[in-house]
Amino acid sequence: MARWGMVIDLNRCTACQGCITACHQENNVPPSNPRLAGQNRSIRWIDMMPMYEGEYPHTAMSLLPMMCQHCEHPPCIKVCPVGATFFSEEEGIVGQVYSRCIGCRYCTNACPYTVRQFNWFEPDVPPTYPQGTNPDVSVRYKGIVEKCTFCNHRLMHARDTARADNRNLLPGEFVPACVEACPTKAMVFGDLEDPQSEVAKQARSKRAFRLMEDLGTEPKVYYLREGRGQ
Amino acid sequence: MNSHDKPMPRPNDPLGPDWVLVKPIVQSNPRFWFVVGVLLAGIALGATAYIHQVRTGLGVTGMNRPVYWGIYIINFVFFIGISHAGTLISAILRLANAEWRRAITRSAEVITVMVIVFGVSNVIFDLGRPDRAVFVLTHGRLQSPLLWDVCSISVYLTCSTIYLYLPLIPDIAILRDQANRRRWLYRILALGWQGTPRQYRILEKGIGVLMVIVIPIAVSVHTVVSFVFAMTLQPMWHAAIFGPYFVVGAIFSGIAALIIAMAIIRWAYHLEGYLKQIHFNYLGILLLVMTLLWFYFTFAEYLTTWYGAEPVHMAVWWSKFSGRYAPQFWAMFCCCFVIPFVILSRRQTRTVAGTVVASIFITIGMWLERFVIVVPTVSNPRLPLDRGFYHPTWVEWSVLLGCFCFFILLYVLFTRFFPIVSIWEIQEGRMNATRELTERAQAYLPDPPPHEAPVHGSGIPAPATGRGLA
Repeated sequence: MARWGMVIDLNRCTACQGCITACHQENNVPPSNPRLAGQNRSIRWIDMMPMYEGEYPHTAMSLLPMMCQHCEHPPCIKVCPVGATFFSEEEGIVGQVYSRCIGCRYCTNACPYTVRQFNWFEPDVPPTYPQGTNPDVSVRYKGIVEKCTFCNHRLMHARDTARADNRNLLPGEFVPACVEACPTKAMVFGDLEDPQSEVAKQARSKRAFRLMEDLGTEPKVYYLREGRGQ
Repeated sequence: MNSHDKPMPRPNDPLGPDWVLVKPIVQSNPRFWFVVGVLLAGIALGATAYIHQVRTGLGVTGMNRPVYWGIYIINFVFFIGISHAGTLISAILRLANAEWRRAITRSAEVITVMVIVFGVSNVIFDLGRPDRAVFVLTHGRLQSPLLWDVCSISVYLTCSTIYLYLPLIPDIAILRDQANRRRWLYRILALGWQGTPRQYRILEKGIGVLMVIVIPIAVSVHTVVSFVFAMTLQPMWHAAIFGPYFVVGAIFSGIAALIIAMAIIRWAYHLEGYLKQIHFNYLGILLLVMTLLWFYFTFAEYLTTWYGAEPVHMAVWWSKFSGRYAPQFWAMFCCCFVIPFVILSRRQTRTVAGTVVASIFITIGMWLERFVIVVPTVSNPRLPLDRGFYHPTWVEWSVLLGCFCFFILLYVLFTRFFPIVSIWEIQEGRMNATRELTERAQAYLPDPPPHEAPVHGSGIPAPATGRGLA
């Protein structure tokens, strides 16, 4: 049992978008192009969301790296008619079964964070990489929904290695690509259930908040507010 | 068969004046083939658009991130709404023993059965992977409101098909005996109907049971259609009013569709003697009631949201009132309330033409209502990650046109195979209605005081309880 979660420190984040690039490489997210971008149809598992605070002239804007929040009570899973999206009780990760998804997009509409993505066309995979840049992750096809999986394939790898060595998973053995790529170490990943873990410590910070906690979805992505202390 | 080219009824034809009702079935009409040709062209356009969409992907539609639902889901709600015309109206009129129902029930019931098919198919059109649609049956999850739809709509389709078929049996038997073509078909479908009193008793009982159970099923159908939206957390979807609001809207658009269909049948088959001014007047009054109910629900919904003034809800609210979807919203308001109210509330304009004009506006308005419910909410999600706008493309409009043409084609074909006005119910009405109505009216009157009551039998008959062919 683990509760994989993430803390993103907005004090440290420079909004360099390295996490986005890393995610695209790692998860074979199809590259966008001007046409797709113009139609609002680019697929991004992680994206920069502007958050505005205050009133003119005292305004502030933060940029939040925004991906699937891996809610503890995900509204998307309830509505799926075929069980193409599931909640792993063991890992606390919200997953997507590409071969089951019928593309009805009920989950994309039910998600209050609108972080689920739909393949409007056949993905524009470079011919030199028909399997994408990462053979561990399947290349998706048109007509299905996809989203951030917390790099679930990395977890499976790490667990298999640990099992082969007859030991438990070590802290830091499994981190998603975005966390690994973050140059300022703004993103911390780990088991929220382990009180000693770095991620659990930071999630208890006074600056920590989650998006739209009032909806009761209990996201497992925490943000640390910009500024000091309070 | 010596009756193969029977052009006109025999002088002692049992159908008598009702021959006009089977005329479209037994006589060819060049106009029919012209209509079929036009409709087939529309269907071909819709099919081309859909094939293009299947090959290229849903990107050929106007949908985007975050407007994940568009015309197909609007059509789904719209067509399922229209389907409430039939069975529900017909069942309520039968249940209420409304004598004027006799000429209109059949045309209403046919709408239901035909249009449900298009409601369901629009959900399939909306799927990114229509080839996997069967997963809904093989891997269905009852937790999903979409599965509630699947259950409810399939039960509704089954029941309303039986409900259409049962009162059709005596008419099919008439065709089996009278028609000059397709006798083999009518012989099978008539199920050996001979019109014996026992058969009538069974038929009447069957219709009686069905009309009662079909009403809650119909209500459930549009309630769970609304639940698809209301069960999510999204602003202005997550509302308890949605169930009844959708049911009212469904009946509203259903009656409008019925009036339009009746007017076309009346004009095309010269049935002015059957679908009379008074039918349109009565349906117009029903439509007026639904107009007011629609306004009441709409008012309640929008006032509640506005007064609560939660920012995420107000973003959607303002986009409807004065924002990018204001044209659709105010067009909806005019089409669903202002215009029909003005036309239908005055007796002088509650004519055939008047009710038809009102109905056309209502049909357009109710389609827009579904647009105004679906699109502004998905365009304005809670987080400022995405903001979208929705411009439907030619693909979606063509599919919509194709659906309309296919629906009209099925309807027209029905009228060429079966009488669109129930012959036996008309005949039964001719025979019994006047007597039954008199008896019923007398039964409503206060009983005479006991001391005045005559000892043996009197002119006062027993209260009429029987319905139909007693």
